[in-house]
Amino acid sequence: MNVELVHIHKSFGAVHANNDISLSIKSGVIQGILGENGAGKSTLMKVLSGFIQADTGQILLDGKAVRIHTPSDAIKHGIGMLHQDPLDFPPMKIVDNMLIGHEGGLFPNRRQVSNSLTELQSQFGFNLDPEAYVDSLTVGERQQLEILRLLWLGARVLILDEPTTGISASQKEKLFETLKKLAEQGMVIIFVSHKLEDVEGLCHKIAVFRQGCLVGETVPPYNTDSLVELMFGKVVSLDEKTQLEGSEPVVEITNLSIDDNRIQIRGVNLTINCGEVIGLAGMEGSGQRQFLRTLAGLIRSVGGELRLSGKRMTGKPYHSFQTAGISYVPASRLEEGLIPGLSVTEHFILSEDQSGFFIDREKAVTICRDRIKTFNIKGEPVTRVEALSGGNQQRALLAMLRTPLRLLLLEHPTRGLDIESSIWIWSQLKDRCKQKTCIVFISADLEEVLHYSDRILVFYNGKVSQPLDAAATTVDQLGQLIGGKGF
Amino acid sequence: MLNKTSPVYKFGFQILAIVGALIFTTVVMLLAKAPPLEAYRLIVIGSVGSVGKISDVIVAWIPLLLATSGLLLTFAAGLWNIGIEGQITLGAIFTTLALRLLQDSALSPALIIIIGFLSGILGGMIWASLTGLLKIYGGVNEIFGGLGLNFVATALTIWLIFGPWKRPGVGSMSGTVPFDNLLWLPQVEGLRMSWWSLGIGLIGIVVVFLILQGTYFGLRLKAVGKNGRAAFIIGIPTGKYMMSAFFICGAFAGLAGATQVLAVYHRLIPSISSGYGFLGLMVAMLINYQALWAAPVALFFAALNIGSIQLPIVLKLDSTLSGVLQGALVLFVLMMDGVRRRLTAKKVN
Ligand SMILES: Nc1ncnc2c1ncn2[C@@H]1O[C@H](COP(=O)(O)OP(=O)(O)OP(=O)(O)O)[C@@H](O)[C@H]1O
Ligand SMILES: [Mg+2]
Repeated sequence: MNVELVHIHKSFGAVHANNDISLSIKSGVIQGILGENGAGKSTLMKVLSGFIQADTGQILLDGKAVRIHTPSDAIKHGIGMLHQDPLDFPPMKIVDNMLIGHEGGLFPNRRQVSNSLTELQSQFGFNLDPEAYVDSLTVGERQQLEILRLLWLGARVLILDEPTTGISASQKEKLFETLKKLAEQGMVIIFVSHKLEDVEGLCHKIAVFRQGCLVGETVPPYNTDSLVELMFGKVVSLDEKTQLEGSEPVVEITNLSIDDNRIQIRGVNLTINCGEVIGLAGMEGSGQRQFLRTLAGLIRSVGGELRLSGKRMTGKPYHSFQTAGISYVPASRLEEGLIPGLSVTEHFILSEDQSGFFIDREKAVTICRDRIKTFNIKGEPVTRVEALSGGNQQRALLAMLRTPLRLLLLEHPTRGLDIESSIWIWSQLKDRCKQKTCIVFISADLEEVLHYSDRILVFYNGKVSQPLDAAATTVDQLGQLIGGKGF
Repeated sequence: MLNKTSPVYKFGFQILAIVGALIFTTVVMLLAKAPPLEAYRLIVIGSVGSVGKISDVIVAWIPLLLATSGLLLTFAAGLWNIGIEGQITLGAIFTTLALRLLQDSALSPALIIIIGFLSGILGGMIWASLTGLLKIYGGVNEIFGGLGLNFVATALTIWLIFGPWKRPGVGSMSGTVPFDNLLWLPQVEGLRMSWWSLGIGLIGIVVVFLILQGTYFGLRLKAVGKNGRAAFIIGIPTGKYMMSAFFICGAFAGLAGATQVLAVYHRLIPSISSGYGFLGLMVAMLINYQALWAAPVALFFAALNIGSIQLPIVLKLDSTLSGVLQGALVLFVLMMDGVRRRLTAKKVN
C-alpha cells in the first residue's frame, strides 16, 4: 500500500506541531523519521493512526483520500501503530489480548486465534506462549505481541515510535529482521527513532523534522554528520570522556541481598567513591532495577548493609533516604515520575522544600521559566506534563532533581532524548559529579554505559558481576556478559 | 464557525444538559400522571416564594455546603468518602452528647454551644479516621468502609434515641428531648436561619477554596489523588496526606452534624444527616470538583429540596421528585461533557 500525507497541519494552542508536512511512502519501503525532541514526529504518527486529527491536510492510501478519525478507523484501513510509551497492559492472557479490537462474533473462537498466532509467530521466529499473561512479558516481548496483534488485525502499514528504547540487543536484532521481512512482503514501515545507527542500518529513506517542519529527506548512503546537522541545524559532537572520581567513599554496600518477585540477588559488595558513575547493564528483568530501587530505599533488602557516608541506611524508610540526599528517577515517566493533570510549574513546586503555608505562585512561575530555559523544555509553565513530548517529559523529570545530592539513581536517564539533549543531560550530570554526587544508572544502550560510567556492574538473572573498569571494557565483552557468558 | 474551545461553546452544552434533565424529569412526571408545570411552579414558590422559604433554603444550604466543602478535599486526594453520611451523624451524636452532659452545669450557654460544635467536629473526625485507617492500613476500599460505617452510625442513632437517651416514658421516632432555648444557636427574629451558621458555612467553603488553590498542602493532596505512586516517589508521604484529607473532611461533616443539632433540630433525630452527605457527593461531581462553583450549585440543590417539600401535600407527589431532578442533572451534565469532548476532538479534515 502506498501512503501519502499531504499538507498536514496540526497545532496545539500556540505550538505548531506539524507545519505543512507532505510525505509520500511507497509500498515495501521502510521510512525513517528523525528529529529533535518536540519536533513533531509523534504528532504526525498519531495523525496517521487516528489518535488525533489534523487541523487541515489529507491522507491518501493508494491514491485515495481517506478519513481517519479513530484508531479503529486506522486499523480498518490497515494502519497500525506501536506507541512510544507502551500503553497499559492489563493482566490478561495473550490470546485475550489479541481478541481486543477484533470485530468478531459474540463468542470469539479462542482456539482459532491461538492457532493463527502460532502460525504468525513461526514466520518471524517469535516464541510467545498464547496462554501466558501479558503482564509477565518483558518490554521486548510486549512489542512482539503488539506487532503480531496488528498484523493479525490486517495491518499493511506499521508505525513504530521509538521501538528500540526498552529492548535488549538480541530482541532488537530480531525486530529488525522482522521489519525487513514485512517490507519485502510489500508493507510500509514507518520507524521513528533517535538512534542514528538504527535508522541508518534499517531504513530505505529518512525524513528529518525540525520544529514542526519537514526539513529534508535523504536516501542511502547516509552521512551521519550531515543528518545530525539537518536535525539540529548545527554540528553536534560527543564530549570527551571524563573521570571525576574522588577517593572518598560515599556509598558502602556490604553483602547486600534482595528478594523481589522472581528475582533473588545475593551478597553484593561495592564501594562507590564520591563523583563516581556506576553503570548497570543487563537484559531487562535481570535484577538491576531491583538493585537500584534498593539503593533508593523503595525495596527493603533482606540481608547485608547499606551505608551512606558512614551512616547506616539499611531498613530505614524511603523518606530518610531522600533526606540523606539520595534521589531516584524512575523509567516510566507518566506512571511513576510525573503526575498527569498537573502543570510543569506545579511539579517544580512539589519537588521543592516547602516555604511557608501558601504557595508564592509568582515566584514559582519565575523559577519554572528559568528551569524551562536551562533545561530547554519545549512547553510553558502552565503546560500539563502529559502534553509535553516524550523527550521533554524526560527533561522535566531531570529538572525536578534537587541540589545538592549525595547519590543519584537513574533509570534510563536519556530514554527518548535526542542526541544533542543526551549529551547535554550528561554534561549536567557530570557537573553534579564535580560537586561530589555519585551516580548509579541503568541503561539499555551499551555505548552509553561504556562512555559515561567509571565502573560497570553486569546483571544476569539476579547474579551480579564484579565491577568492571569501563575504560578497559569493549562493547563485545559487555555484550557477552549480558548474555550470561562468564557468570 | 463557533470556536469549539471557547467558554461560550462549553456553556451552551451546560445549558443543553439542564434542558435535558428538565425534559427527563418532565417525562417521569408525565409517566406518574402528575402535572409537570404545576409541579415546577410549586417548587419555585416553595423555595423562593417568601422570606420564610428563602430562610429555609439557607438552613438546608449550610450543611450541604459544609459537606461539599469537606468532600472537595477527599476528592482531591482521589478518595470517595461515601462515609460522609455517617460522619455527619456522628458529629450530631457527639454534639448532643456534649449538650446533654453540660446543659445542667453552671457554664454559660455560649460556652456550651461552642463546646457542642467542637465536640461535633471531633465526632466527625473520629468516624472519618476509621474509614481512613481501614483504607490505608487495612487495605479496605474507602467506599466499602464508609458504607459499613454509615450503617453503624444509623444504628447507633436509633439505639441512643430508643435506649439511653429516650424521652421520659417511651422513645419515639421524633427523637430525644429538645434542648432548652438557651442552647439554640441564635436565630434571626421570626425565621429559622441563623447568621452564625451561615457564617460558618461560608467561611468553610472559602477555607477549602484557599487550601486547594494556594497552599502546598492542597497541591500535594492533588498530586496524591492524580498519581499516588509518583507522588510517593517525589517524596510526598501519601498515607499521611490521605489521612489528613479524611480528618478534615470528617471535621467538616461533624460541623454539619453539629449545625443540624444546634441550629435546626435542637435534638437528635433518627435521620439527622438528612442525606446531605450523599447530596454533597452529587454537588461535587456536578461542579467537576471546582470549589468556586460549590456555593451556587449547593444553593440550587438546597432550593430544590425545600421547594419540593410541598409536593406531597398539594399534588400527592412524592417529595423525592427533587432527587430525580438532581440526579438527572448530574447524569446529563456528565454526559453532555463527554459529548462535547468527543466533538471537540473530532475536527473535520
Ligand atoms: N496533547 C498535546 N497538547 C499540547 N501540546 C502538545 C500535545 N502533544 C504534543 N504537543 C506539543 O507538540 C510538539 C510536538 O510534540 P511531539 O510529541 O510530536 O514531538 P516528538 O517529535 O515526538 O518529540 P520526542 O522525540 O520528544 O518524542 C511539542 O512541542 C509538544 O509539546
Ligand atoms: Mg515522540
